[in-house]
Amino acid sequence: MIDYVWLVPAFPLIGVLINGFFGRRIRRAAVGWVACGVMGLSFLVSSLVFWDLLQLPPDKRVFKGVVFTWIASGDLRAEAGFLLDPLSAVMILVVSGVGFLIHVYSVGYMGEDRDYPRYFTHLNLFAFSMLLLVLASNYLLFFVGWELVGLCSYLLIGFWFERKTAADAGKKAFVVNRIGDFGFALGIMLIFVTFGSLDFQEVFRMAPEKLQVGSALATAITLLLFTGAMGKSAQIPLYVWLPDAMEGPTPVSALIHAATMVTAGVYMVARNHVLYELAPFSLALVAAVGMATAFFTASIALVQNDIKRIMAYSTISQLGYMFTGAGVGAYAAGIFHLMTHAFFKALLFLAAGSVMHALANETDIRRMGALKEHIPITFWTMAIATAAIAGIPGLSGFFSKDEILWQAYSGRHGHYLLWLLGVATAALTAFYMFRVLFLTFLGESRVDPHLRHHIHESPPIMTVPLMILAFLSIVGGYLGVPEVLGGANRFQEFLAPVFEVGHAKAIPSPHGAVGLELGLMGVSVAAALVGIGVAYRFYIQDPSLPHRLAERFQRAYTALLNKYYVDEIYETLIVNPFKRGSVFLWEGFDVKVVDGSVNGVAYLVEWGGSLLRKVQTGYVFNYVLAILAGAVAIVGYMAFWR
Amino acid sequence: MVPLSAYLILSAFLFATGVVGVATRRNVLIIFMSIELMLNAVNLAFVAFSRFLHSMDGQIIVLFVMTVAAAEVAVGLAIIIALFRNKETVDVAEINLMKW
Repeated sequence: MIDYVWLVPAFPLIGVLINGFFGRRIRRAAVGWVACGVMGLSFLVSSLVFWDLLQLPPDKRVFKGVVFTWIASGDLRAEAGFLLDPLSAVMILVVSGVGFLIHVYSVGYMGEDRDYPRYFTHLNLFAFSMLLLVLASNYLLFFVGWELVGLCSYLLIGFWFERKTAADAGKKAFVVNRIGDFGFALGIMLIFVTFGSLDFQEVFRMAPEKLQVGSALATAITLLLFTGAMGKSAQIPLYVWLPDAMEGPTPVSALIHAATMVTAGVYMVARNHVLYELAPFSLALVAAVGMATAFFTASIALVQNDIKRIMAYSTISQLGYMFTGAGVGAYAAGIFHLMTHAFFKALLFLAAGSVMHALANETDIRRMGALKEHIPITFWTMAIATAAIAGIPGLSGFFSKDEILWQAYSGRHGHYLLWLLGVATAALTAFYMFRVLFLTFLGESRVDPHLRHHIHESPPIMTVPLMILAFLSIVGGYLGVPEVLGGANRFQEFLAPVFEVGHAKAIPSPHGAVGLELGLMGVSVAAALVGIGVAYRFYIQDPSLPHRLAERFQRAYTALLNKYYVDEIYETLIVNPFKRGSVFLWEGFDVKVVDGSVNGVAYLVEWGGSLLRKVQTGYVFNYVLAILAGAVAIVGYMAFWR
Repeated sequence: MVPLSAYLILSAFLFATGVVGVATRRNVLIIFMSIELMLNAVNLAFVAFSRFLHSMDGQIIVLFVMTVAAAEVAVGLAIIIALFRNKETVDVAEINLMKW
């Protein structure tokens, strides 16, 4: 079965072809069946491949399947090849599994949209691109997938392009990602120049010999690659596109901007861990940027009022956690959080979509409230996801987040400051997520009276995916129960063969520190409970308290509400000077110099022509005279000078 | 026997007459006739050379020239008639349409 791993991305591609070419000619129901069917098949193949991989002994779990040689030119060789190892196996399971559920949900959510076939074509194209990305066996193919998911993100953010905000948001996402991808492409070129190969396995094999630990070259390569990750995974300073990306349909936000595409950067760092291990500075930067992003965006999420934007900031914040995990050398923990986050954040978005569905696309949580009775399934599933992201013990988020926090404290590159910020972020996360839950489902109803009678639970095609994801959000964490809680951390063990390539076996966590680990765990749980308690006090017990606080700390509140004015600062410092420079080049250089020289030549020719035109009088005798003079001159020359 | 130079002098004289006619006259019909005169001056030279060099080539070329001249007369007169119908004149000083 492992030989058929190429089928995993091939199935969604078939969906793209069918819906792309015939989507408008076949019935709507057929479009949905095709789109979901190919994802289901893809998930099935992923599962079978995964099962086969599990049958192999741990150190043999690497498989490379070459479909064809794509480029062979001089030293450059690139294959359309797939690399299957525990890391990519986990990724294809998450992408195709969560992707399948979101496709099914979309059938219900997008049911009314007139561009139904286009939606599913792009969604399938995204699934294909993402699976290509995670399965690629070399940097070039990886880059193709990387760019394709960016393209799909652009297309789907701007899905309702008649709305200017949506079109602008798509453009913003594309341009910001371009900045990151520029660095990423440079990184790939530097890898090729250094190693003469673009194959993952070859590069990782050569890396320890060719690069010294801490050398400038290793640092440059890894930093350039990380620039790409900053753009794709929305880290400081390139995170600004993700909140705006919420203009797209909600299932798109769930699939692309929460569960899969934005985690590509984390996957990339984990995939390139051999290189990152050679550049401690880059690793430290990854961890620092990750944690800074986690805290910074969590603080923005505290006061936002748009349910989807809160989720977006929360996603950025959780991605920060994953980068912190990778940055302190705990790649498995980062990937573990990636997986659990895919479950509960996809669920949060889909639940938010279900709320919007019930309220005729209302996204402002100030105009919600007391929806629990009306849409109970949405409420309970969202409550589970909220508890999971807040880190309530027993749910998936608790295990993965605590693993990262513990590694941030005690890991090979850990630092207590990272842990401290991480715990603070956990408290903020718990607060703002429960704020959303309370304001949306509990308390008094602030729904527009006209809408009240309209509120209804979503159809089963939407609620069943919610329930499955809720189940996964609960049990997903039990794959990686840490040893200190009596588990075996099977997830980490499964990924271990990948992350032990190229350097010594990871140092087992200091066993004397069991008490410490339990203590830190207790602190982070306490932080989460404090966050929930404060949210309860603010939004259930004393709903006027937040307003009084906002007035009291007006300045801080407005700064947070306006997202620290980061967009405005970028606008002033980067976008506007750039625009002015472009306008100068347009009006100064293009119009005056380029157009001027072209027009100048044309004018010169015209002027010369207007002079020469006088020669042509139209009088026959003038011409005759000219002919005569010419004849005389020629004859005279022949007769007398030769 | 009349020497070759006599024929050539006559031919040159006729040709020069034609050139002067084309260059100086204003009536388009006169110009046309002058052109015919130049052609026939050349024909005379051809025939004279043919006679003195004992080659029939000159005679053949004269036949060609006369054929072409006949065709040219047909086309030329047609153009002149068309012009006259439009402009009511045969004075080339008033016919200067062929310019930009």
